[in-house]
Amino acid sequence: MPASMSLLATVVVGLAAAVAATGTLANATEPAPALVLAPAPAPVVPGYRIEFPRDHGAHPAFRTEWWYATGWLRTDAGETLGFQITFFRSRQDAAAGNPSAFAPQQIIIAHAAISDPAHGQLWKDQRIARAGFGLAQAREGDTDVWLDDWHLARKDGAYGLAARAERFTLELSLAPTQPPMLNGEDGFSRKGAAPLAASYYYSLPQLAVRGQVVREGRRDIVSGTAWLDHEWSSEYLEPGAVGWDWASVNLADGGALMAFRIRDRAGRPRWAGGTLRAADGSIRHYAPQDIEIIPGRVWRSPRTAIAYPVEWTVRVGERRLELEPLMDDQESDSRLTTGAIYWEGAMRAREGGREVGRGYLELTGYGEALELR
Amino acid sequence: MSPLRLWLMLWRAQWHEGPLRMTVPVLAIALGIALAAAVYFVNHSALEEFEQAARRLAGEADLVVRGPSEGFAEDLYPQIAKLEGVAVASPVLAIDVSLPGAPRPLPVIALDPFRATRVQPGLLGEIAGGLRGFFEPDGIFLSMRAADALEAGTGDRFEVLVGNAPRSVRVLGLLSDTAYPQALGIMDIAAAQWMFGRLGRLTRIDIRLVRGAALADVHSSIELLLPAGVTVAAPAIDSDRLASATRAYRVNLSMLALVAVLTGAFLVLATQSLAILRRRPALALLRALGVTRGGLERALIAEGVVLGLIGAALGVALGLLVARWAMRVLAGDLGAGQLAGATGSLAVQPLEMLAFVAAGSVFAGLGAWLPAREAAARSPALALKSGDAQAGVGTTRPWRAGLILMGLGGVLALLPAIQGVPLFGYGAVALLLTGAVLLVPDVAERLLGSVPAMRRAPLALAVAQLRGSTAQVSIGLVAIIASFSLMVAMAIMVHSFRESFVAWLDTVVPADMQLRVGQVGSTATLTETDEIAVSRIEGVARSEFRRVLPLALRRGAVPVALIAMPIDEASAAERLVLVKAVRGRGPSQLPPVWVSEAMVDLYGWGPGTEVVLPLAGGDLAARVAGAYRDYGRSGGSIVIPRKVYASASGDSAVNEGSLWLARTADAAAVEAAIRARAPFGEALQIRTAAEVRDISLRNFDRAFAITYALEAIAVFIGLLGVSVAAASTALARRAEFGMLRHIGLRRRQVVTMLAAEGVLTSAIGVCFALLLGGLLSLALVYVINRQSFLWSIDLAVPWLALAVLAATLLIAAAITATLSGRAALSGDAVRAVREDW
Repeated sequence: MPASMSLLATVVVGLAAAVAATGTLANATEPAPALVLAPAPAPVVPGYRIEFPRDHGAHPAFRTEWWYATGWLRTDAGETLGFQITFFRSRQDAAAGNPSAFAPQQIIIAHAAISDPAHGQLWKDQRIARAGFGLAQAREGDTDVWLDDWHLARKDGAYGLAARAERFTLELSLAPTQPPMLNGEDGFSRKGAAPLAASYYYSLPQLAVRGQVVREGRRDIVSGTAWLDHEWSSEYLEPGAVGWDWASVNLADGGALMAFRIRDRAGRPRWAGGTLRAADGSIRHYAPQDIEIIPGRVWRSPRTAIAYPVEWTVRVGERRLELEPLMDDQESDSRLTTGAIYWEGAMRAREGGREVGRGYLELTGYGEALELR
Repeated sequence: MSPLRLWLMLWRAQWHEGPLRMTVPVLAIALGIALAAAVYFVNHSALEEFEQAARRLAGEADLVVRGPSEGFAEDLYPQIAKLEGVAVASPVLAIDVSLPGAPRPLPVIALDPFRATRVQPGLLGEIAGGLRGFFEPDGIFLSMRAADALEAGTGDRFEVLVGNAPRSVRVLGLLSDTAYPQALGIMDIAAAQWMFGRLGRLTRIDIRLVRGAALADVHSSIELLLPAGVTVAAPAIDSDRLASATRAYRVNLSMLALVAVLTGAFLVLATQSLAILRRRPALALLRALGVTRGGLERALIAEGVVLGLIGAALGVALGLLVARWAMRVLAGDLGAGQLAGATGSLAVQPLEMLAFVAAGSVFAGLGAWLPAREAAARSPALALKSGDAQAGVGTTRPWRAGLILMGLGGVLALLPAIQGVPLFGYGAVALLLTGAVLLVPDVAERLLGSVPAMRRAPLALAVAQLRGSTAQVSIGLVAIIASFSLMVAMAIMVHSFRESFVAWLDTVVPADMQLRVGQVGSTATLTETDEIAVSRIEGVARSEFRRVLPLALRRGAVPVALIAMPIDEASAAERLVLVKAVRGRGPSQLPPVWVSEAMVDLYGWGPGTEVVLPLAGGDLAARVAGAYRDYGRSGGSIVIPRKVYASASGDSAVNEGSLWLARTADAAAVEAAIRARAPFGEALQIRTAAEVRDISLRNFDRAFAITYALEAIAVFIGLLGVSVAAASTALARRAEFGMLRHIGLRRRQVVTMLAAEGVLTSAIGVCFALLLGGLLSLALVYVINRQSFLWSIDLAVPWLALAVLAATLLIAAAITATLSGRAALSGDAVRAVREDW
């Protein structure tokens, strides 16, 4: 669950209001360019049947969509790294009706980061572009999204993934070892009490990773395990929600856990949810009352002075996992693209002191950045 | 004796004789340096600022693809973005948007903020606050200057003209003054393409390369993609373009300021020579006491250098003050108009300031060198004898060297400009001036020899005295000749230019009334329907409409103006100031075009040349039927028959017009009728021919204001020279005056004699300077002007102004001579005589 969509949603709401205002002001007899109000984005409703490969592809009718890959890597030299690559698609209504090829009907955003504990460094970069001209696009039908020379595409069942940043490059292949895991009710994942606050959401845990990482010109062959989320929605956060905590864990026994909670302004949980798939493939979905996410140690960013609880205790059903970060400083500043500052990092999951899995933790809405601007 | 102590001694003695005398060369150097430094600092600051503004717009682009103002197809953008080695390609549509009622259009840069911020990260900070509104179809960010002019704040709406229809846009936010000092708007590219009817068009692509990519490789792979009329270049060329646009003007000013410094140096030469002459016995005594020849020479040169140093330091300080004032009052281009966007803040470079100080002292050292050598070379035994001060300065007459130098100057005047700068032309001026100065002693002797015998004693004495001291007279003349001749030359050049300019105005503005919609190249135009509506207004006897638009002929070059107007080969001579024409239609059946003189020089488009014009509708082959003067556009212009242009380009709109009014018509009524009828209303500028003339001449005079200032300073320096010569000779001749009084001359007669000497000396100087100035003006008019401005002017001499100036100079010389004579005569005659024995 990415940090950025809250702001995107805000942007879109703001734009819609602006367009509406302009629409009323516009002279009805005025010649082209006249304002054409775009049809509202498609609502997320229960009962939709997720089908593959169709739903691997983009859903441009919905407001916000992302493909979100996170995972742990090990270099040939034995270093441990965390990585995250996300492609966002955001539908914009402001330019509806504009025949220009530059009209920003869809915006593509990409984030990439490498958590490098040996060097105490978070390598990160981001891109944003309006879809079009073949330079940036999210295709329908199957996963195929790109932004210049960054891409994520599904081919022959596996995902090819590349992010070429100024100082680092990630080129990975992600091969599924298990079928997709549908979150919520057959992929209908509620985010709040409001009926429309929901998304379509499935995960691909336990992806086998091979590829290479280049940091400042130094190339390493890597392998590891990853997690891919694909989620699309139109009304992600309901009013009053300011951020969320989200975790995904590839369990060492082959199982997978996804858990999230959505917080209000006072930091209280408004909603929660989760999925636990056991090694044998049996799935349990958790309702808000079945999940407890308890913040632990707090780390304060020296750059933004935002305090993040970077250690967590997650209780789902009878299991109780202690999450601890690979490194403390995994804060991402994406104000340039999505407008958000968030913490997104690799973490270990322990149960009774023993490491039971590895995954990623995402903490959003702790700073002012997620405040509506 | 150490050189330092020796020098201190000389200095003290000089000081005792009269501190004022030492301040004169200091003042002369200070004025010259002040002028040079002021011109330099002002131009440099303005250019610097313009460059920074340009760089903020272009950001860190490594390469910039540019098209004509109507743009190029946007397909080029993805092709370039996908090229190997291209990290970011940022598409830009630059439009000059016309505003109703505003004289200037608003430059709007339409861009994709996602791409643009990666090429110019500074932009992000400016628009971040309003990024979420960026995609609004009618949103715009304004620079503070534009917002002030439009009186619009964030959230306000204002109107722009598209064609002749108004459209409303909304201010999304303001751009900081530091980042965007010029008037400017920034819009989303999609919104701008739609609103201004430029769908599918771009005018620019800014490119940042992948780190380590070879610029030359990417450059050549981009070049392969470019359609005709679109160019790719490193953005440095942008500031180069401006630099070359203003270079001729700046070089002119800087060189003229340097000439002022040179005049100062001549003045140092004159004052030092006289001072050394006067001190000859003292200097000889020093030699007799054991000071070596070299030691004395060095000490005297050091004296000159120190005077120069003080003068130059004062001059730089004064120059900075003048520059600060000029920036505020005249704007960054000293009134020339090319740097209209630049605001006044002065950039001061300590290194350059030091250079000016150094130049001043070097000039002064050079001025002291010649007389120092001569004083040191003089045999002490001879020099110790009284009366040697009056003995001639060198016995060799350097007229041969003078003629050779002048001949060389003549040869230099024939050489072409170097990269648009008439360096040889300036060299010619310098050689002619120096050569002529070397002729002065001989000419003075001849002239004085030809003066008829006078009956009145004071006059006869004056002539005799001057004949006896030609060398000293010549030294006194050097400064006045140098400054006055340059002044005469500049006066003739500016006058010639102005006369030609007035004649040109009369030809190109023949009608009673001129109309213009928006600025050249902007979005506002008139349609054929508008044209008819205007021509049918009562009181309009005849009307003519023109399409004026920029046309880029060569990559990186300043676009030339294309003027489509009703013209044919028969009427060309009446409508244009033709300088060269091809008679008859010739063998070619190509349509005729006429080009300005600058086109001949910059593009080699002489009459008879067959050329290709890259018009919007496609390339048009044409034949150059003639060349004309265009003082309005130094970058070059092309006149094409409107029918030919319209059929080739498909563009039948116009943006300028001339109206001839019926004899009974009232201009104000016609203007009101046009404004009432026409839909374009406030966007239309209407001016009568008289107004156009007034405005043009006011601009002309403003552009040359600095030249007039230079002239005034040259005159001042010249007068200083006269008075210094007069004062020092008068003081040195106190004994002679005493003698004259003894033999019965009355005090008044001595003063008359001195005044006669002053007038006679100055008369020789003024006549010589008038002739020399006339000669120099030929170099200025036909070589320097032609090469730096790329247009010709006809020589016209401002007789009256020159006569007044010459008379002023003569009167001033008589007055200073009288005054210094009175001062010299104030003491007791007997004591004055005794003083020398």
